[in-house]
Amino acid sequence: MRTIEAPERVESTRARPPIRSARRYRARRIAYKVAMYAILIGLCSFIMMPVFWALTAALKPDLEPVFTPTPEWFPTKFFEWDNFRRVLVDTLPFLRYAINTMIIVIGNIIGVLISCSLVGFAFARLRFRGSKVLFYILIVTMLIPWQALMVPQFLFFVKVFHWYGSYLPLIVPSFTGVGFFIFLIRQYMRTIPRDLDDAARVDGLNTWQIFWRIILPLSTPVLTVCAVFTFLGSWNNLLGPLIYLDDDSKFTVAIGLANLVTRADTPWNLTMAANLITVLPTVIVYFFVQKKLIGGIASVGLKG
Amino acid sequence: MAEIALEGVSKVFADGTEAVHTLDLDIPDGRLMVLVGPSGCGKTTVLRMVAGLEDLTGGRILIGGDEVNEVPPGDRDVAMVFQNYALYPHMTVYQNMALSLKIRKIKRAEMDRRVREAAEVLHLEDLLQKRPRELSGGQRQRVAMGRAIVREPQAFLMDEPLSNLDAKLRVQMRAEILRIQKDLRVTTIYVTHDQVEAMTLGDLVAVMKKGVLQQVAAPQELYANPANLFVGGFIGSPAMNLVEATVSTSDAGTFVEFAENRLRVPDEVVSARPALASFRGRTVILGIRPEGMEDAALVPSSSPDSRFPITVDLREGMGSDVYLHFTIAAPPVFTEDTRELAADVDEKALTDLKEQASERRSTFIARASPESAARVGERIEILVDTRKLYFFDPATGASIGGDRAAATVGVAGSSGV
Repeated sequence: MRTIEAPERVESTRARPPIRSARRYRARRIAYKVAMYAILIGLCSFIMMPVFWALTAALKPDLEPVFTPTPEWFPTKFFEWDNFRRVLVDTLPFLRYAINTMIIVIGNIIGVLISCSLVGFAFARLRFRGSKVLFYILIVTMLIPWQALMVPQFLFFVKVFHWYGSYLPLIVPSFTGVGFFIFLIRQYMRTIPRDLDDAARVDGLNTWQIFWRIILPLSTPVLTVCAVFTFLGSWNNLLGPLIYLDDDSKFTVAIGLANLVTRADTPWNLTMAANLITVLPTVIVYFFVQKKLIGGIASVGLKG
Repeated sequence: MAEIALEGVSKVFADGTEAVHTLDLDIPDGRLMVLVGPSGCGKTTVLRMVAGLEDLTGGRILIGGDEVNEVPPGDRDVAMVFQNYALYPHMTVYQNMALSLKIRKIKRAEMDRRVREAAEVLHLEDLLQKRPRELSGGQRQRVAMGRAIVREPQAFLMDEPLSNLDAKLRVQMRAEILRIQKDLRVTTIYVTHDQVEAMTLGDLVAVMKKGVLQQVAAPQELYANPANLFVGGFIGSPAMNLVEATVSTSDAGTFVEFAENRLRVPDEVVSARPALASFRGRTVILGIRPEGMEDAALVPSSSPDSRFPITVDLREGMGSDVYLHFTIAAPPVFTEDTRELAADVDEKALTDLKEQASERRSTFIARASPESAARVGERIEILVDTRKLYFFDPATGASIGGDRAAATVGVAGSSGV
């Protein structure tokens, strides 16, 4: 039998630093917080300045100069809230524009979610001949700028399908998949353990049911990312609607804004009001999905 | 309930590796068959083929007498428990268990009844509305079991279901699985690399090595009459001690000699193993189980023919027993089988084996009574229960025994329970 002798305990002779009083710690914490908030508020107001300047301009009556020698950062004198009503329904049809844009946005989101999730699932999960080659082709399509396809696509949609002046050329392409989103979804789905597919198969699910009941619900983070990116993309899209739409009643907010500024005598107060109205949905969407979006972006390994 | 039969089943993967080599296996109705072997022996592949998750390269699988080779997994009426449970993370425990019933369009009331019954059996009643990530490992394991039970399937297929649990929980769940299987009497195939699980759970145990079935037998039979060196070395803990030895016969009887030690083989052992006579004067592989040895000092009246002197290298007190480690001045058995067995333990065991082979010494472990006073460095005598000696053919690794044992060598027929 072996016995192990414990070494004798040696008392530490090193002097300990004196413990600071609790009060000092609290004072430090408060000072830290105050400094933190001061910095944050400072930065925030710097970022918000143009927004408040726009609001100041939007609340001015017609003919009141907007570009004053010293910029007016906050509304102090004029509060013409009626300008917003005029932009939306009266002088300008921005409510109409917003509804039009929303139709395109929703159409695009539906199209992207259906097509990209299906294609992404196929690339992530199904084994079929030529899947690798097809995937590489898909990646290559991401490298082609939209502007390069603009003219042939225009001719195709207008001459072959006679879709000029309708929303179809702005919505239908999303139903044929977007390379980048397919890539994102595929990468995400590949991280879902294959054992779940096996378990589902033994449970009696077919491939479609595995997609619908197992893989799709587990892919919500990446689908959220795709939906939000699609929203931003089509809400802000100017070039697409500009070349395909010719009727004022079908215009989008982006065209509406562009048209306002290009006029000789720009009504700056209404332009700024329209601007704020246009930005608002994006801000609201971001506000509601930011947590999911950040989680989703982190989980798909995509840097914002 | 149904019996499962595998007839000449083989599997060659796309990269050319042969995972399973023409396997014949019968799992009688309501019995639990354990497939055991070192990792990479093809046991999980067999299970996945029965489940329908893997195609067969050759042979047939029959469930309840019907060939299921082309039947999709969902229609085979088998339920599987996965090593990492494979619970659906976005569903509650209830939904996890109910999904297969929902897919089969079973009526809501019936579905609810079955889920609640299974939950009761597994003590999951309070967890039905929780999601898998809120559960502990043991609870997840029970949900995975529950998902199988609600199906009321023809067969359970379990793929190392306990390997992700800690030791204590594993023992507990092992008993639980045994209880459930006996209650429901569902034919079960249970894959494990843990021979203790295999011995405690199996009505029948099939030992596999590199895609080839070594032996199928009841656990005790497997322990007492291993068909070959591999099975002998795999079953039992600590493992069987193996050494090269020579068989000699004189007027005094049959003896087996290794490293200057000589043990007399009792007459009944010799007569039970007629094939042993043909090895006279030749080398055999002698197997002695740790529990077949004792500190001779505790049995003073024992015959000197069944004792040999050793020096204790290490003494491990286990409470109920004492493990005495000692070195024999004879090379260890260094065959493909023993390498495979060592590699299954870990990397170090394999290098140890190689080292011992080059130094022509082998380490033995004896499982002595706790009353043994043997101390490290002390020279003592070890008493061997010579009725429990094992002999293997060095050329083939097959057990040297009677005709019956010889018949089960290699691809073994299934012995009765």
